[in-house]
Amino acid sequence: MYNFDVERPSTVAEAVAAMGRDEAQPMSGGQTLIPTLKARLAAPSVLVSLGGIEEMKGVSMADGLLSVGGGTTHAAVAREAAAHYPALAGLAARIGDPAVRNRGTIGGSVANNDPSACYPAAVLGSGATVVTNQREIAADDYFLGMFETALDEGEIVTGVNFPVPQAAHYEKMIQPASRFPLVAVFVAKFSDGLRVAVTGASNNGVFRWTEAETALAADFSADALNGVKADASEMISDLHGTGAYRAHLVNVMTKRAVAAIG
Amino acid sequence: MPKDGGIGASSKRREDVRFLTGNGKYTDDINMRGQAYVHFLRSDVAHGTLTKVDTSAAAEMPGVVQIFTGADFVEIGGMPCGWQVTDKHGDPMHEPKHPVLAHGKVRHVGEPIAAVVAETLAQARDAAEAIEVDIAELPAVVNMKDAVKDGAPKVHDELPGNLCYDWGFVEENKGAVDEAFEKAAHVTTLELTNNRLVANPMEPRVAIGDFDRSDGEHTLYTTSQNPHVIRLLMGAFVLGIPEHKLRVVAPDVGGGFGTKIFHYQEEAFCTFAAKAVNRPVKWTSTRSEAFVSDAHGRDHVTKIELALDAENNFTALRTDTYANMGAYLSTFAPSVPTWLHGTLMAGNYKTPLIYVNVKAVFTNTVPVDAYRGAGRPEATYQLERLVDMAAHELGVDPIALRRQNFITEFPYATPVAVEYDTGDYVATMDKLEEMADLSGFEARRKASEAKGKLRGFGVNCYIEACGIAPSNLVGQLGARAGLYESATVRVNATGGLVVMTGSHSHGQGHETSFAQVVAEMIGIDESMIDIVHGDTSKVPMGMGTYGSRSIAVGGSAMVRATEKIIAKAKKIASHLLEASEGDIELKDGAFSVAGTDKSVAWGDVTLAAYVPHNYPLDDIEPGLEETAFYDPANFTYPSGAYACEVELDPDTGQVSIERFSAADDFGNIINPMIVTGQVHGGIAQGVGQALLENCAYDEEGQLLSASYMDYAMPRASDLPFYDVDHSCQTPCTHNPLGVKGCGEAGAIGSPPAVVNAVINAMRSGGHDVKHIDMPVSPARVWAAMNG
Repeated sequence: MYNFDVERPSTVAEAVAAMGRDEAQPMSGGQTLIPTLKARLAAPSVLVSLGGIEEMKGVSMADGLLSVGGGTTHAAVAREAAAHYPALAGLAARIGDPAVRNRGTIGGSVANNDPSACYPAAVLGSGATVVTNQREIAADDYFLGMFETALDEGEIVTGVNFPVPQAAHYEKMIQPASRFPLVAVFVAKFSDGLRVAVTGASNNGVFRWTEAETALAADFSADALNGVKADASEMISDLHGTGAYRAHLVNVMTKRAVAAIG
Repeated sequence: MPKDGGIGASSKRREDVRFLTGNGKYTDDINMRGQAYVHFLRSDVAHGTLTKVDTSAAAEMPGVVQIFTGADFVEIGGMPCGWQVTDKHGDPMHEPKHPVLAHGKVRHVGEPIAAVVAETLAQARDAAEAIEVDIAELPAVVNMKDAVKDGAPKVHDELPGNLCYDWGFVEENKGAVDEAFEKAAHVTTLELTNNRLVANPMEPRVAIGDFDRSDGEHTLYTTSQNPHVIRLLMGAFVLGIPEHKLRVVAPDVGGGFGTKIFHYQEEAFCTFAAKAVNRPVKWTSTRSEAFVSDAHGRDHVTKIELALDAENNFTALRTDTYANMGAYLSTFAPSVPTWLHGTLMAGNYKTPLIYVNVKAVFTNTVPVDAYRGAGRPEATYQLERLVDMAAHELGVDPIALRRQNFITEFPYATPVAVEYDTGDYVATMDKLEEMADLSGFEARRKASEAKGKLRGFGVNCYIEACGIAPSNLVGQLGARAGLYESATVRVNATGGLVVMTGSHSHGQGHETSFAQVVAEMIGIDESMIDIVHGDTSKVPMGMGTYGSRSIAVGGSAMVRATEKIIAKAKKIASHLLEASEGDIELKDGAFSVAGTDKSVAWGDVTLAAYVPHNYPLDDIEPGLEETAFYDPANFTYPSGAYACEVELDPDTGQVSIERFSAADDFGNIINPMIVTGQVHGGIAQGVGQALLENCAYDEEGQLLSASYMDYAMPRASDLPFYDVDHSCQTPCTHNPLGVKGCGEAGAIGSPPAVVNAVINAMRSGGHDVKHIDMPVSPARVWAAMNG
């Protein structure tokens, strides 16, 4: 690590003020940022820790909308969302390992937008709204590419509001080393439609697989996806699998998610 | 009824108390008064000319004590190689210079270019970033077959063709082998890769140099499997320090797996720098550094052929292997693909004619050396994949084909120089078939198929050679060291004793199992015995621990020293009992006169040795301390049969191991629980190699799997409940304990069983897959099944 100052705001307003300092970097759970700092791959002057902001923590349910504070850990989501949105709680319960789940937060994950992170699939797959200190951003407008989001400089994710679907399932195949998703698919079925979101697979980060959504809208069954192919040309190709393999897995994981919903 | 102590008892590992309660004393736990910290600036390119290394700005950074570069080591020796292989033309191998810090050129990513010694580690890192380094990049060569082509980039300018040696074994047999292939009724041919691995011991390497100006003694604390070997190599070949002025200490070491055998630049640097800056100098590897500075393992590319007659008897075997040395020769690298590999190619089979060719190749990659099994896993994997493939081609049962060709009479002289003293391959295979429940396999396969999965069964045998010896033979083979072991047994006046062994324990449980042997011999409680190792100032010159040699060689030295103790103690007892020495018997910690009730306790004899008031001073000296050096007559030859059953998801290519059975013959066993644990760990590493671990470079020589984000280590969830048996025991015929060694068997025996099982599963789904390279990742399985 290089030297840096640490600010520990206790309100969002204080955090926003602290982010006004030169080369400030917000830190939520730090599960990506701390290793990055230790490897000297980032050199912020000020680390603004969001961990002490109580108003950004917790899970609440109102008017069919599940609100998750940006500073809520994966472990807390796994626990507190279970009664309201089991697919989301199940996803949170299987992120990383216990250490990651008890430090990492939904806000940090969504702001980082790692192309292999779990949460972006739930956010996009649910048609959720990302809430920041400035505005509300629809998931479809929020994820712009690998590690890219609609967030402006200094903008903080204070929460995510999830519409709760009739049924949903997250199906994940892990990359054997990192245990991040190699390919994972979140399928959510609402009274007025369905969404299929894919993470881990694409060079452009999380995406909606619209061909599958169309096929499933006509016939919500795994068989409806026979012959529906994801576009391999945009898929990640690396040590752990070619683009063609990932494209194939997108189909398999989606089928399994659909079958699990039934 | 299981014993509760001594040989054959599952005594609990006494060392685990300190390991599990955080009281272990590892090298990084040592902090010297006034110590400085070193950070190595390492090359981030694989191949290039160093056109500038300017430390002037860095030297002005806060906290910097001194900065060293390759220029500081030009007058000092380079890193030595401990084994010289002679090639098939009778010429010595090529042995390029291996500098402590790069000078002139860099040859792999991770090679140290400069070392900053500073007050704190952070200051050392900051200053390292201020060193101005210019490297004129050269084309890198990574692939071995490319490296030996005309016009390939030269890793070492003086060495065209990048060839270290071209080894033929046994060269005189080549003609007869070729002739047998011409006459064969069937020939099976297989080309395969034995994947490069990173050892990844839990404890990264650490080195602390210290220099005492009062007596001119250097001390190196280091994470080593063999402190005396480091003392000899570093003292004699690198720094020119006589052994009586150099102490090497390897305290608790958190796993070695081979990669902590070798003498590394960081050890030589810290020892050198401690004197140069006149204060202790400490280096602790980060995990990221370990990936690019610990010697890697395996990395062979092989074509192997088996000739069979019309009755399916093996008539000849021929192999052609490229073995990656990396950019420099690590300490024992040349021996691994040759004497630890070629000599094992007979396996468990009476193939009469064998020829092995090995080309050792330099590439712009991290040096490659011994890793758990070292050469023997490579031999076993080739052979056992090949036999399985031959069975498939011939339409015969793979177990039956193996049984038909088993060696059944011992001693057996192989056509590859070694002589197996004992073994019973039929017995281990019988045991395996019972454990693996072969008769239930079809039902289990149907149950898998009902779930949409494929199920496969794979089997293999293995033979390995442990306790490499004797010294006069290995000297002829090119070893620049002896391969004996030492032990001093020091009995105290009140009867307790300390064994100072040249073996080194880095997880194997020697402190427990070695004590069991001495307890058994004398008939005293294990708690009266302490095992000391890992410090050249305490222990006689010893060769350390690798190649599953500790109990077979180190244990034997300890037995010899204990026998001397007992012989002397009997003399003392005969004096105290006023009886003839020949009538004295030692049983349960007491000396008695045969046929009488006269006896004297162990403690009375030991007290007499040190308080010799009533003592035969005219005949023997006071004291009770003996040393023995043991040089074995031969290797030991553990063997066994392993079976793996996998379930394969044809939609994703994911493989899960459902059953794993291991029937081993380790000869006599000291502590069954420790042996079981060694096999468990070995299988975990073998399964890791077979399914998960992949050390991969890109064409520019950048390590792609440079962290745990991309290098997959096996975890508990990847492994089944093992069924492990070692009841088949054919004791070694030439060491006093009849033991063979068990440390590497699991890693040697498991990869072919796993891969054979995966291929069997794929075939059961109608996919005619001939071979798949390790690691058998989901992506590779899916690709193999989908053309």
